[in-house]
Amino acid sequence: MFEFLDLERYDLLGAFWVTVQLAVYSAIGSLILGTVLAAMRVSPVPVMRGFGTAYVNVVRNIPLTVVIVFTSLGLFQTLGIALGGEGFTETNFRLAVLGLATYTAAFVCEALRSGINTVPVGQAEAGRALGLTFFQVLTLIVLPQAFRAVVAPLANVLIALTKNTTVASAIGVAEAAYLMKSMVENESDALLPIFAVFAFGFIVLTLPTGLLLGRVSKRVAVKR
Amino acid sequence: MNFRKASALAAAVVALSLTATACGSDDGGDGAGNGGGGSGDGGGSTVTIGIKFDQPGLGLQTPDGDFEGFDVDVATYVANELGYDAEDIEWKEAISAERENMIKNGDVDFVVATYSITDQRKEEVSFAGPYFIAQQDLLIRADDEVTDVEQINDLNLCSVAGSTSAQNVAEKFAPDAELQEYGGYSECLTGLENKAVDALTTDDAILAGYASQDAHAGKFKLAGLELNPEHYGIGVPKDDTELRDKINAALEKMVEDGSWARFVETHFGPAGYEAADAPEITETD
Repeated sequence: MFEFLDLERYDLLGAFWVTVQLAVYSAIGSLILGTVLAAMRVSPVPVMRGFGTAYVNVVRNIPLTVVIVFTSLGLFQTLGIALGGEGFTETNFRLAVLGLATYTAAFVCEALRSGINTVPVGQAEAGRALGLTFFQVLTLIVLPQAFRAVVAPLANVLIALTKNTTVASAIGVAEAAYLMKSMVENESDALLPIFAVFAFGFIVLTLPTGLLLGRVSKRVAVKR
Repeated sequence: MNFRKASALAAAVVALSLTATACGSDDGGDGAGNGGGGSGDGGGSTVTIGIKFDQPGLGLQTPDGDFEGFDVDVATYVANELGYDAEDIEWKEAISAERENMIKNGDVDFVVATYSITDQRKEEVSFAGPYFIAQQDLLIRADDEVTDVEQINDLNLCSVAGSTSAQNVAEKFAPDAELQEYGGYSECLTGLENKAVDALTTDDAILAGYASQDAHAGKFKLAGLELNPEHYGIGVPKDDTELRDKINAALEKMVEDGSWARFVETHFGPAGYEAADAPEITETD
């Protein structure tokens, strides 16, 4: 049934490795950007709050395909921004990471903001009373507790991100969905088995992520 | 001047479509006449044909809901020969990856949708034809020149992710060329116009369709290379030899009475596409 799976012709592991790389780099990027955005949304400066709110509401409501295709057609092909990549392969990978991180950051920001809301207001007020600045209150008191509260929601975001990497094939990044398109084109007599192979591949990636982070979230949760 | 040109073109198109419909209804009469017994189940019923809805020059849905293109004309001609009038045809969109399943499930009677005849596909469906041999070619900016295959290695190419054309570039004729891949050919045209890529590569029939669109008129041209042939056939249910033979007969007639050459000229001519002779029917057994 799986005789179409010629591993010498189709680099299945290589394709899923690109998927993993996309997911990891985008996860790091979106975590940083999302944290900054969450800080902006709770900051005392109205302009920053406004920017954070606008960013989240605009970006999370644009289809990911549009974001990704725009990075290539708009940023790269029209404006010539290659992000320092040599050749299409490297440039497309970086553009895809940029697009995925930009998009996912909106969701990370909202998850984190819900975590900030779990920290009792009294703690922030106590920090202020001791003379800590807003930045100190945020980084020393609020965010550490907020992160521990949102491990499970962030795991959700990470799983969604892993599956969203398939959209990168729209600009030609050679990840799993791209290989699937080639195989569908060449092995049209085995469509359903091909889908099964790739669905299984993604479950192998995301199921352990969910289980592991689920356990982590129980261990680090702040007991109140 | 421009207006005059446009109106002359419009007049030509109207004239062509009038002759096309006139000859179509004649054929319909013939078909019903010599069909005799066969038209018993055909009369009054409809035929469902799978075509592309988004391929300029081959199968494209117009803003008013009609369909136009080479595949559409071929399908209409064949349907006429099988005893169906143009209004009895129900068009269905046949996405590339779904074509085999549509035929196997009986969603369509046959498929005319840039459907290349391959051994893989013959495991699942049967083919009539071929009715067209497309060559993989390059679409380049009108002021560029690509004369031989060797040059392709130095170019930045664009194609559709995972397509046979894209795979051919890396595996067959230009392993050193840079290849940008997108979800569709339209995205490539932006890059071609902005000089981010030098050429768009796929079957010449598809390229000619894009180059002939009003929005791109005069900007792009075909390089005229013959990189890899694709035999477009009409997909029918597996081992339905009766339908296949009827369609083959219709295709032969289409070539003989000059309709084939006219369809080619109408849809691919504006891009400077020079058609070779019509292909021999090979899918007989």
